[in-house]
Amino acid sequence: MRMNPLATRFASADFSGRVLTMNSLKPMRWIPCSAILGLVVVAGFAVRTFAQDAPDVGPKPRIVLKPMESHIGNITGHAADAKSDYRRYCAGCHGDYGDANGENAVWLDPKPRDFTTAAFKCRSTLTGTLPTDEDLFNTIGRGLTNSNMPVWNTFTKQQRADLVAYIKIFSPRWEHEKAGTPITIPPEPPITIESISHGKALFTKLECWKCHGPHGEGDGPSASTLTDSKDNPIRPYNFALGGNDSRFKCGNTNQDIYKIFMTGVDGTPMPSFADVIQPNEAWDLVHFLRTLQVHRHGKENEVLMDAHGVIPPYVDKNLAPAADNKTSGGGQ
Amino acid sequence: MRTKQMLLAFLMLLVGSSLMFAGTVSGKVTYTGTPAHQKPIDMSKEPSCAKQHATPVTTETVVTGANNALDNVVVYVSAGAPDEGQVPTQAITYTQKGCQYIPHVLAMHVNQEFDIINDDQTSHNIHPLPKVNIEWNKSQPPGTPPIKEKYDKPEFIEVKCNIHPWMHGYFAVLKTSHYDVSKEAGDFKLPNLPPGKYTITAWHEKYGTQTADVTITGNETKDVNFTFKATPY
Repeated sequence: MRMNPLATRFASADFSGRVLTMNSLKPMRWIPCSAILGLVVVAGFAVRTFAQDAPDVGPKPRIVLKPMESHIGNITGHAADAKSDYRRYCAGCHGDYGDANGENAVWLDPKPRDFTTAAFKCRSTLTGTLPTDEDLFNTIGRGLTNSNMPVWNTFTKQQRADLVAYIKIFSPRWEHEKAGTPITIPPEPPITIESISHGKALFTKLECWKCHGPHGEGDGPSASTLTDSKDNPIRPYNFALGGNDSRFKCGNTNQDIYKIFMTGVDGTPMPSFADVIQPNEAWDLVHFLRTLQVHRHGKENEVLMDAHGVIPPYVDKNLAPAADNKTSGGGQ
Repeated sequence: MRTKQMLLAFLMLLVGSSLMFAGTVSGKVTYTGTPAHQKPIDMSKEPSCAKQHATPVTTETVVTGANNALDNVVVYVSAGAPDEGQVPTQAITYTQKGCQYIPHVLAMHVNQEFDIINDDQTSHNIHPLPKVNIEWNKSQPPGTPPIKEKYDKPEFIEVKCNIHPWMHGYFAVLKTSHYDVSKEAGDFKLPNLPPGKYTITAWHEKYGTQTADVTITGNETKDVNFTFKATPY
């Protein structure tokens, strides 16, 4: 009977009655061991590659459910009531711990919001401050256009309010800080070609075009270099895309556009202009931005059409003629 | 009479501790190895800044001087500082000039107010990226007043201008005013340290931190030198 060498060794070890020594064990120890090790390494590699996420080591920390609340009108949201909704609808992207590390997060661009920093894009409050409950409530209901955040209009108002309360458990800022005071927005002045013209001058002077491009197409000289606060590449808003359905991230009314540049979009390169634009100037800028939405039918584009599509150069009546060059020559 | 004596003794103690026995820690920050090559910055997209520099300026991630001196290293008392919590009132400024941050690293005390100034003919946005403190992002067109800010937690914060992507700087928010930032010769000086045990930390934005322990016993100058291992990448 022929036996292969390995079998012989087994036989000799098992049946010859010899005492097992380290030497006699060596070959049979190493061959299966290295094979198993190799399999484990390959399997581990495959898991890591396909899951795109390092396997968790040790038990996961518990989610500490704090008794956070939200108040929207006469609705009071409770964090505890949103637990299952959050796990079912939000955690997939935003993560169980609100740290934007949900299992889908790696595939998304832009990345989901990281609730642990408590920095939010759509606010009615100044840059660096916490948004109001209503801001967050509206964001959930509105969704974020040009991102993977859907419109959650299937939720009841109570569900949304509860979720607003729930996302507060992820950052200690909500325990120590109050939400910022919403900015005051003066009533909108009439849309005129002068207003649009002044808005265009501001667009140039404040260097909005450096990122958004001279025609608001998101193709300014700095556009390709932009990253968000987590170093992920990010695109400036392209005003010219879309028709009547073109949407802004933080709402579609003129008030919403006013809020965007006055509060800044926190966590992104878009700064706040609250300290540098006067309220009346801000409306002029809104009117001009609307004309960048070239395929949208709106009052601003009608006014521009009436002026034969030409925005006249802006002349500041308050400035002495000598200073004229300075204002009209800025930037472009 | 007795009160007067006690007052005098108290005054002497005060003056004595602050002047007579004030020690100094000083030294040099150097590097070994090959520091990262600093690339020239192309400012042609911002002509108003480009024309301020006769020769193109380079990035400032690693700035070195003669004799292996390493600049822009924040050297500070990280443990034992006698002034923790005493916020200095003097104003410090962070200036944007020629599309660069001056100084490249601004050290400050926690809660100390600082001014951000735009000396350029172009708009900047000041976008510090703190992890511990609160993040904000503000636009500053030319001719607008200084932005006054402060941070309430110690942290090294990277500062960016998104409009001019080459602009990079740092805020070093510290729990003490006993700090210095190494200059061209790599030297630093931490004066007015009363007798005691201190931990001195040196921080560089690319090469990390190093610490050293010193004991000041009286009116003396202790030499402390830091050597960072420079890597080209």
